[in-house]
Amino acid sequence: MFVMYFTEQPMSTYPADIGLEVGHTALMFSNKHFDPVAGSRLYNEYLEHYIYAEEQGVEGFMLNEHHNAPFCMQAKCNIFASILAAVTKKAKIVLLGNPLPLAENPVRLAEELSMIDMISKGRLVPGIVRGGGQESLAAGVNPAYNRERFQEAHDLIVAAWTRQGPFRWEGTHYQHRVVNPWAVPLQKPYPRIWVPGVLSQETIIWAAQQRYPYIALNTSIEATKKIWELYDKVALETGYEAGPENRGYLQQVHVSDSEEKAEKNARQFLWMQGEFTGLAHPVWSNPSGYFSPTLRRNFVEFAVGRAENPRGRPTFDQQVADGRVFFGTPKTVIPKLRRVLEETRPSIYGIWGNDGTVSNEDARTCIRLLGQEVMPAMREIGKELGLKDPFETNAPVHLRYSTDLKQMPQAAE
Amino acid sequence: MAAGKGWSESVIEVAETKLHLARAGSGRPVVVLHHDIGSPDRLPFYDELASHFDVLVPHHPGYGKSERPQWLRNVRDVAVIYQWLLSDLGLDRASLLGLGFGGWIAAEMATMAPREFHRLVLVGAMGLKPPDGDIFDQAIVSYLDYARAGFHDQDAFARVYGDVSTDQLVGWDLCREMSFRIAWKPYMYNQSLPHLLGGVRAPALVVWGDDDKIVPRSAGERYAALLPKARFELVRSSGHCVEMEQPDQLARLVRTFVAEN
Repeated sequence: MFVMYFTEQPMSTYPADIGLEVGHTALMFSNKHFDPVAGSRLYNEYLEHYIYAEEQGVEGFMLNEHHNAPFCMQAKCNIFASILAAVTKKAKIVLLGNPLPLAENPVRLAEELSMIDMISKGRLVPGIVRGGGQESLAAGVNPAYNRERFQEAHDLIVAAWTRQGPFRWEGTHYQHRVVNPWAVPLQKPYPRIWVPGVLSQETIIWAAQQRYPYIALNTSIEATKKIWELYDKVALETGYEAGPENRGYLQQVHVSDSEEKAEKNARQFLWMQGEFTGLAHPVWSNPSGYFSPTLRRNFVEFAVGRAENPRGRPTFDQQVADGRVFFGTPKTVIPKLRRVLEETRPSIYGIWGNDGTVSNEDARTCIRLLGQEVMPAMREIGKELGLKDPFETNAPVHLRYSTDLKQMPQAAE
Repeated sequence: MAAGKGWSESVIEVAETKLHLARAGSGRPVVVLHHDIGSPDRLPFYDELASHFDVLVPHHPGYGKSERPQWLRNVRDVAVIYQWLLSDLGLDRASLLGLGFGGWIAAEMATMAPREFHRLVLVGAMGLKPPDGDIFDQAIVSYLDYARAGFHDQDAFARVYGDVSTDQLVGWDLCREMSFRIAWKPYMYNQSLPHLLGGVRAPALVVWGDDDKIVPRSAGERYAALLPKARFELVRSSGHCVEMEQPDQLARLVRTFVAEN
């Protein structure tokens, strides 16, 4: 079982009341509200958190990026990954991930990631994402070709990592005269790619077809089970049997020294996630052509304000009741995590430990308890339940490296 | 005039794409190129035109009832498809009437075949970078807010669209997706077009609503300055969708202009 620590790295000092007043806190929420003095302090605190986490026994960091929004200060996950590659020693650096469609030059991304892999001495997991709709708008990249660009950029990056250069790339969205990067990954055949997601079935299917682990982001237990049903089915059709090594999960889990403190912090934690990522116009989050055509009919009603957000905006109590956020002392939280592990059987687990306005001191307490108590207990439960992660099983990095593919059944007579 | 009567609908395949075409009336051919939000099936303006001319209203590829060509990448591709369509229909000396986004397509067509067209009418046309202001970005507002922004008077919007149905919202989303596919960046204009308009031989009428919130009037003035034989007309109490908001005024202008020899 592989357990990693995650935080969105919130810009927690922005004026929340103004966000509520203007009605949105993303994309168009003016950056005049960004305070670089606070930003400098927060970036450095977050860096210290990762270093401290490794000292406390945390074995992996999950990093992401977002744009034009206070809920996540990281505008380029490769920057933090580069720093952590140099200043930490053992923890894996898991990017979930680089938003591929935003890249105009995926070869450049391949180079950056190769450098990070070498500097970290092979600790990189360069996961990939489509990027949210707002990211497309912030970057000026066409949302209607998002999925096509995601897949083609992936193919180009993997080619840059695995094919001897120089070679030429004449694709639909990317054309390169000479692909011949003088930096290739240390890990062979290439660093493990994981794919996170929430909603799109297309992404789950694509990940299963590549044999890439899929990381379900804070989905309910029921929704998570449906994701694995689909993944497992596609895996069988593709010729292999999926297991825990294909399954990842990210969950909000805040721990503290006392139950009361943990609850107080959990409310601070959700102050932003529960209310604020919802404060964006639906057509920013889902520009036309970005989302699955199967969702179009429901979405348009929501987009003009005639229907509720299909993802809902549950209250704090509702989120607690639904098990979307766990809080407490390690003693009370571990049994809850055990239940998730038993019911959904992932081998990759992201603990989204801190967020919102949780103080620096409380965040460090949480990290200490995660590293010293919660994560070791999870690894023990993982052993007991046979939840072996892709590193333990040495799972193939991609379908094409499989040695266990079943003969595909012939078409019915 | 019997509104809504006399229209025939057909499907014509051009460039491996099934295009929907509505047609009515007789006389000089007038090809109406619709907005980026598609077009209602019937409009009083279309009927009025059809009582004087042979009016053709195709749905752009990927919009309304026309099929989406997955390969289509820019607005000049649309203009080429329409040249092909007119050629297949055997239409010579047609007049082009472009509404908003359709005005951009019409302008591209006119630059491709400078001597081909009888008259060119551009109404609130996109296609040029406005010297002053920007073309309104639909990407950051809802479908409903975007369509409403095309009107000076919201009562006029209600007269045309009524209580907007879910089907209409889905239709607008599909139109928007197609607009993104072919006109995302630069948004709704072509940097080459101003350098090519000088070759157009057809007399042109450039019409603008005095309260066009979608395309700044400066773009219209630029069209009028760049097209060799152009006249600029401002329509009072109208937004971007002049044909829906002031149909009689626009029909009068077009009728006189297209009837000239």
